[in-house]
Amino acid sequence: MSAAAAVFILAVVLIVLALVYFLVSTILELRKIVAGLDRTIEHVGGIVEKSAPVNDVVNTINEHLDAGVAALEGLLVKKAGLRDAVGLVDGLYPGAAADGLREFPESTSVTAPRIGEVYTRGTLTLARLGREAPIAAASPRGPAIRDALYGSAASRKLYPAGREQGAAALPASPVIGADSPEQYERRDDIGQPRKRFPAKQS
Amino acid sequence: MTGLWIGAAIVGLVVLPIVVVLLKGVLDAAKSIVPAVDSIAATAEAGSKDLDAAALLLTTQEQVKQTIAGVAAYGGSLDVILDDADPA
Repeated sequence: MSAAAAVFILAVVLIVLALVYFLVSTILELRKIVAGLDRTIEHVGGIVEKSAPVNDVVNTINEHLDAGVAALEGLLVKKAGLRDAVGLVDGLYPGAAADGLREFPESTSVTAPRIGEVYTRGTLTLARLGREAPIAAASPRGPAIRDALYGSAASRKLYPAGREQGAAALPASPVIGADSPEQYERRDDIGQPRKRFPAKQS
Repeated sequence: MTGLWIGAAIVGLVVLPIVVVLLKGVLDAAKSIVPAVDSIAATAEAGSKDLDAAALLLTTQEQVKQTIAGVAAYGGSLDVILDDADPA
């Protein structure tokens, strides 16, 4: 064998060795990748499984909350009127009048009264009664009906003795309803035909 | 004989380095993917663990139902005891 042939064969052998080394190393790295992807798929499956009912549950919650908002807005408008209702909401959340009430689109065009400054009849009534009204003024510019800091005298007139004597010993209010701890037997004759007594023989 | 020398030189000095460089590139790329996949797996595991609390949404749903039922009951009572607003 000539020297040239030996060198040629040596070069080919080196190429084969390089192929074996790098390909085996690549295979090992690919196996690590496969293992990592298996773990990823397992956890992603968990995410999909756990998040599957979330949409329905959140939609149900939103439906209930929407129903509650609609009921409360309806009650507020029914009792206070649309204009005062918008004013009340705006008094609690300044700027909310611009958004209006959800169930009453026409509320966006209502000029909200400044109920936070001009007090309602109910608030004034409470103030005149001397209760713990939070705001006790007839108008923003007028004097206070009662002194907000020392106004407890008015309420003390209602209960001069303070707490009722022996109030702690009084029995608690009864719990009523189907789930009450005290259940009474229902009479059997309720709803039944009235008893007929035999006619007197004269 | 000269041709054999030339062939051996080409294989040893040209083909072998090219093969080594290409295979090393493939190996480096595969090695660089492994930490990324591990990171994705760890993130997915953390995300899956975060969603463990999603089951509590069922409790929230029930609480919302009860709350709205209570609001409806109170609203019905208020509707009875409070006068309606004067019609404009």
